[in-house]
Order: sequence, then structure tokens, then C-alpha cells
Amino acid sequence: MLPGWLIVGASFAYLLLLFAVAYFGDRRADAGRSVIDNPWVFSLSLAVYCTAWTYFGSVGRAASGGPWFLPTYLGPTLGLTLAWLVVLKMIRIARSYRVTSIADFVASRYGKSHLLGGLVTLIAVVGIVPYIALQLKAISSGYALLVGEHDTLFRIESQAGWWQDGTLYIALALAAFTVLFGTRHLDTTERHEGMVAAIAFESVVKLLAFLAVGIYVTYWLYDGFGDLYARASAVPELQRLLAFDGAGRLGYGGWFAHVLLAMLSIIFLPRQFQIAVVENVNEQHLRRATWVFPAYLLAINIFVIPIAIGGLLHFGSGTVDPDTFVLTLPLAHGQNALALLVFIGGLSAATGMVIVEAIALSTMVCNDLVMPMLLRSRRLDLARERDLTGLLLGIRRGAIVCLLLLGYLYFRLAGEAYALVSIGLISFAAVAQFAPVVIGGMYWRGGTREGALAGLLAGFAVWVYTLLLPSFAKSGWLDPGFLEHGVFGLGWLKPEQLFGLTGLDNISHALFWSLLANIGCYVAVSMLRVPTGPEATQGALFVDVFRRGDAPPASFWRTGAEAGELVPLVARFLGQRRTEEAFGAYARSHGLQQVSELKADPELVHFAETLLAGAIGSASARVMVSTVVQAEPLGLGEVMDILDEASQVRAYSHKLEEKSRALEAATAELRAANEQLKELDRLKDDFMSSVTHELRTPLTSIRALSEMMLDDPDIDVEDRQRFLGIIVSETVRLSRLVNQVLDMAKIESGHAEWHNTDIDLCELVRHSGDATLQLFRDRGAELHLHLPESVPTLRADHDRLLQVMLNLLSNAAKFVPTGSGRVDVTLSCDGERLRVAVKDNGPGIEPAQQPVVFEKFRQGGDERSRPQGTGLGLPISRQIVEHFGGRLWLESVPGEGATFSFELPLKSAAGEG
Amino acid sequence: MRKGLAGQRLVAVFIAGLVLLNYPILSLFDRPQTVFGLPLLHVYLFSVWLALILVVAWIVERGAR
Repeated sequence: MLPGWLIVGASFAYLLLLFAVAYFGDRRADAGRSVIDNPWVFSLSLAVYCTAWTYFGSVGRAASGGPWFLPTYLGPTLGLTLAWLVVLKMIRIARSYRVTSIADFVASRYGKSHLLGGLVTLIAVVGIVPYIALQLKAISSGYALLVGEHDTLFRIESQAGWWQDGTLYIALALAAFTVLFGTRHLDTTERHEGMVAAIAFESVVKLLAFLAVGIYVTYWLYDGFGDLYARASAVPELQRLLAFDGAGRLGYGGWFAHVLLAMLSIIFLPRQFQIAVVENVNEQHLRRATWVFPAYLLAINIFVIPIAIGGLLHFGSGTVDPDTFVLTLPLAHGQNALALLVFIGGLSAATGMVIVEAIALSTMVCNDLVMPMLLRSRRLDLARERDLTGLLLGIRRGAIVCLLLLGYLYFRLAGEAYALVSIGLISFAAVAQFAPVVIGGMYWRGGTREGALAGLLAGFAVWVYTLLLPSFAKSGWLDPGFLEHGVFGLGWLKPEQLFGLTGLDNISHALFWSLLANIGCYVAVSMLRVPTGPEATQGALFVDVFRRGDAPPASFWRTGAEAGELVPLVARFLGQRRTEEAFGAYARSHGLQQVSELKADPELVHFAETLLAGAIGSASARVMVSTVVQAEPLGLGEVMDILDEASQVRAYSHKLEEKSRALEAATAELRAANEQLKELDRLKDDFMSSVTHELRTPLTSIRALSEMMLDDPDIDVEDRQRFLGIIVSETVRLSRLVNQVLDMAKIESGHAEWHNTDIDLCELVRHSGDATLQLFRDRGAELHLHLPESVPTLRADHDRLLQVMLNLLSNAAKFVPTGSGRVDVTLSCDGERLRVAVKDNGPGIEPAQQPVVFEKFRQGGDERSRPQGTGLGLPISRQIVEHFGGRLWLESVPGEGATFSFELPLKSAAGEG
Repeated sequence: MRKGLAGQRLVAVFIAGLVLLNYPILSLFDRPQTVFGLPLLHVYLFSVWLALILVVAWIVERGAR
């Protein structure tokens, strides 16, 4: 039992301390030495997540369900691992486009829609006001416990009139604090440095207070963790707290749903968005917060189970409300000072949440609910008002006071009702409805305004039906019959078993159906049409925020405005001094001295719109800017001009592409030609060296023999005759070689003379056989001719074809084995061409050698076995055959002889000449 | 770092955490056993939690250099 004046005095002293911290933070911010520009402070301020519901309620839930209080803290731990990907993008978007609340975020993303901003605000207010009431209730019952307005089981007895209720004054004091530090002045970024400093301070206080009571219970009243657990396992009723399905009713699906819910709420609760995104000073702070904040959560939860077990052991289950164990345990042991400290900790948890939530909601209410209405109403001609900063601040202050009074009213009405006690998770489920449109908006360009509206409405409606109305019914405010039988007695409409779905607890059930309806409607309706111009523009800005850098977005504003009109417009909302500062900085960054030198180009209009968006929300900012900028859409003519220009550019680039392709092709051709030339050059060199080599061999022997005869006049006549014989034969060989080279050169250069006559190929083959008969006799070989009765005549050069035949036959004679050689010559006609095949039974030619024999100076066989010859016979023969449109080829299997064949068309262009 | 290795590591930690802290892995530790006198389930939940925090801290603070 503590005297009331002491508690009230301590509470107000604590609030004064908070004032001092906030005042200090603001002073430091004004001096340019920010206290909150620090990753530790940022991480601590995120702990505004831990409200009185955490502070008192965790123990309560642990006392009834064992580990079931944990998903609310495991979810944020998991969610924050992704913060560096998701929240960073939100921060960047918010900074680039001066987004100051989650409602503004959604409105701005989907084409700056007033309707969407209003809807998000409405959902947030409906979901959060009861949550504020819960905080007030926590303070109120904590106070009642401390002053002793309870029986021996710590049940609160007296309910004084509202004018005596300290909670009202607490609510009013919080409103005053929030007004002072949340709406001190209008700022385009909506940052409240002092407030953030105070929140970080509060986070430290509540952590220390909770750890103090945890250590007291665990190590003072009992003998550490092991002792508590050992005692708990001895009591049958407490054993269920140590295992998973102590609660039994929720199951693993429910566990997953709770983790998911907490994961979403860490980003989408208005106060979390305010702290993590809007109040963020430096996005690098987020990096440390991803582990410091989860560590904070871990620290504040270590002693939850010990306190719950300790309370149950001390009071027995079913007597004292476990939610109050943190207070009643010290009280029951007469530790009044500790109880007061714990109360102050709870106070700080509650006030922190209320302050930030009120600021976030008041910004939303002002920018997305009240301002759009004021802008539309005709009676208030805002465009004429000189200075609207006062009006804006007034709206926000009014909104804060109203929100807190609404919270207080709800607290008075609900009291101990289920609707208040269970509001924590119900609130989470409400704000989870923002997740699809926000996350979808950041990563998917296809979302449209109607899609977002449909998704939010559907999700919100399902949430109201499956969670809010049942909670009213359980509080006795509605006929609970519809829980049992469904609306109109339709069983499949039972709100907690929609469409007969059972096996889930009410939160998971509602989360499943509401998110299903939400995502389904959002995606399906979005896909009904392509996004409009403003939606597509904003979609691209949000999705590609990392890629854009600081480049101003392409704007569809046509500039019909004067800079002289824009500045006063912004000044009406931001105040003269701040506006001049902002535009002055803008002018300097563009190298101008005076604000009056600025030209109202689209960039300046965009700058003004962004400034306004920070103060009154993006949708309203667009409306206001459009009052001075002629918001006429681009005319058809201008659109056609732009299109013309674009199509010209396209045509040019198309032409360029074609040209470059043609150039590439030409280059390739040139390169190929160059290769061919190089190859020919090489062939020529080879040819020259081969010819000189072939010429030198006979010359050398002629010279050597001649010199011998010159030097030695006494040489025998016989020898002399022999030498002269060799000299003559070598000379013959030389002249034959020279003739052939000349012949080859003539044919290749096309200067050869062709004397075409009608030729009977039978007669020609027979003739060539007769001519080489002696050659075969010398080798002891047989020659067989296989000739048809008659073949059509052919128009060609008789002597040349004879040359080919003689060449093939003499080649064959050279290679057949001596004594057993046999050569078969076959002539055939298939009606269009004549074919001659010369088959020998010589050693044959290796496949690798086969193409080589048709090259100049390349004879088949190895060096030693190579017979006499110039090495030009076959190349010349092939040239002749090809001249008459035929072909000459070789088939051979090594060891089984070779067949040289040629065929000639009966009609050929060359033959006609 | 956003698109780099650290980002991928964070996503991996997120998935690992989601798996470790949910059915069916979680059910493996729901047994009436004790570790140093503490129930296995509670020890498991808090140690996985602590491990997640330490791994994330290692990833982000390393990336800060």
C-alpha cells in the first residue's frame, strides 16, 4: 500500500523527466548536434513496440499458455532480418517523396488518391484506438493496485466517477506532452527529434524496471531458474506451461499465424512505421537495429516465464490475475519501492506507445482525412487564406486530444470486457491488412487504385466480421447468438468458423480469411485494367527507387505557373520563414542568387509539391499545386508531337542499326577475300619453290655429267655415250616439265586454246590404250578395256582429253606391281554424262593422302617408292575435266588398288565454244 | 550490400529461422526432458532466438566494414 500522492507525484515527476529529455533532444537538434543520429538510439526507439500489453500481458499469457507469449517477439526478430531489404526501401521511398505516414505511403503509391489515404487512416484509427485504451487501462489498474483499492486477491474494488479518475488526467497529460513535442512546428519531414529521444529513454526505463522485478522474483524470492522450474514441474497444474500445447487449443498453425502477425506488425503498426521509417535519420542505423532490437526483445522476455511461475506458485492459479504479477508479487512481499519502480516502467511502456501512436495517427488524420475534406468544401476557400500553418497545427493538436479522449472513452466503456483485453492481437490483425498493398506497391508495378481499395476494404470487412464483432459479442455488447449460429441463422456464416473452417483459433482464422480476401481482391481487381498514367508513374517511382538515384521524376505537369505563385502557396502551409529557407537552398543548388530568379519548370513544381507533401500529404499536395499550376493535361497535338519525335528517333536508330549490320557484312566479306588472297599468295610461293626445285634436279645432273666430260677428255666412248644419253633424257624431262608448267599456267589463267570437235569417247579410250600398250608390256601388266557398243558423241578438245587418258593410264602403269599388274578401263553412259574409270591393282592410296595427289608437285607414295614424274599430271587433268564441266576423283582402299574416274556432261557451256 | 552477399545471407537466416521456430522442427523439441534442470522446449526456443540474433549481428556488422 502506497499513498496516492506519492504515486501521482512520482508519475508526474517521471513525465517531467521525459519532458526534459525531449526538450534536450529538440535543443540539440536545433543546434545541429542530433542525439538521435545514433544507431543505438534508433534501435532503442524501435522498442516502442513493447507496450504495456507486453509489460504486463506477457506474464499473463505465459501463465496461461507457457511459451505462447513468444511468437509476438519471435516474429519481429524474423521480420527484422528482412528489414535491410524491405524497410530500407520504405525509408528511401519515404525520404525521396516526403511520405510521412503509412496512409500517405499507400495514397501516394496508387496515384495520390484521397480515398485510399482516408481508408487507411480509418482502418488505423479503428484498429488502434482500443489499443490506446488498453494502455490507459494498464496505468489505471496499476495505480489502483498500488494505492490498495483492492481486496486480498488484488481485485480492484472501487470505481470512482470520471472526474475523480486519475486515468483521465493521465490521458490529458499525455495529450499535452504529445502536442508539445509532436506538433511544436510544421516540418516537411515530420521528424520529432525530442520525442524520439524521449521514446528511447523510455525503452531503457521499462527494460530496467522489468529486469529488476525479474531478478527479484527469480533470485530473491526463489533460487534461480532451475529452482523455479523444478518447483513448477512438481505441481501438476504448472507442468502444462513447460510443454508446447499447454494451451492445447491453438496448435502449430496458430503458432505460425502469430509469428506472421507479429512479423507484419513490426512494420505496419503506425507507431512502428513512424519510428522506423519517418523518424529515421540515417538509413545506416537500420543495420544495427536488425540485431539490437531483437536482442532488446530477448532481454525483456528472459524473466517472463520465471515471473509467471513464481506468481502461480505464490498465489496459486485462478486467484490473482496473472497480468498483474509484476506488481502484485513485490506488493505481496512488501517491496513497495520495487513495486513503484515497476509501475513507472509500465507507465513508460504505456506512454511511449500512446505518444508515438497519437503522433502517427494525428498526421494521418490531418493529411489524409481532414485536409482533403477541407480542400473540397466550397465554404472554406483555402486558396485565399494567407497563412494555413496555424490551421494545420490546430488540426493535428485537435486530432491528438480527440484520439486520447476516444481511447479514454473506450476504456471507460469497455472496462474489464473481453474487447479490451484481447485487443493486442486484434489490432495487429487490423494493421496486417496494410501489408499486401504496401509490399505489393513496392515490388509490383501492376497494382491499381481500385485494386488497393478493393483489397483493403475486403480485408477490413473480414477483419470486422471475424474479429471485431465477435469481441463485442463476447463483451456482451452484441447478441452473442450470432457467434453460435451465424448471421440470420446461416451456419456457414459463423464469424469464427467462416464457411465451416474449424481447427484454427480466432486470430489465425481471421488472419487467414482477411489476408486471403485482401490479397485476392487486390490482385484480381488490379488486373482488370492497366494502370493509368499517375499510377504507372508512382508505381515506377516506388518500385525503382534504388535505381533512380536523385534524378527528379519525369513529370506530366505542364508549366503554366510562375515561381512567384508557387512560393506563397507553399508558405501558406509551411510558414514564411521555412519556405524561404527551402526555396533559397533550392535556388543556390541551381546556381541562382535569388528565389525570384527561379523559373517554374517541372522540376521546381515537383520540388514544391514534395515540400507540401511533407506537410499535408501527397494527395492534398497535388490538389494544392494544381490550383496554381495549370493542371491542364497534355493536349492531343502535343502528345502527337511527342509521339512523332519518338518515332523519328526510332526510325533513325533503326537505320543506324541496318547500316552497321551492312558494314559488318562488308567487313566480313573483305576479311574473307583477304584470307583468300593470302592463301593464293602462299600457294604461289609454294608453286615457285616447287618448280625451281623440280628444275634444279635435272639441271644438276646435266651439269655434273657435262663437267665430267669437259674435265676428262680421256673418258671412254662407252661412258661418254651413256652420259650423253642421260643428259638427253634429262633435257627431255626438263622441257616436258617446262611445257607442263606453261600448260598449267595457261589453263589456270584461262588463256589456253581449246580446239573443240565432236569426239567419240570409245575411240579415244581405245586410242589411248593402244598408245600405252608398250608401257604396260614393259611392266608385264595387262590392260583391259570395257567399252559399250557406242556412246553419244561429246563436244570437247580431243588432244586434251587424250592427255587426261594417257596421264591416268601411265599413272596406273607406274603403280601396278611388276609382272602381275592389271588395269581395267570402263566407259559408261547414263544418258546425261559419260564416265571413264581406270582401276588398277596397285598398293592403293592412304585416305590421308587422297586429297593430296591432286595438288601440284605432290605425288602419292613415300619418297623412295615414288616413280618418275613431274607431279603436275593429275592437277592438269583435273583442270581439263573441270573446264568441260565434269569432275575427276579418286576412290581407293589401301592394299586393294585405286580407281581414278572422271565424268563429263554430254552438254556443257565450255564444249559449245 | 543491399544486393550483395549480406542481403542473401539475411534472407537465408530469415528462412532458417522460420523453419527452426515452426512446425515440424519445433515439435521435435516438445518433450518432457530437461537441460540443466530447464525444460528442453524453453531452452531450445531461447537458444535459437539468441543464435539468430548473433548470426544477424555478425552479418550486418561485418558488412559495415
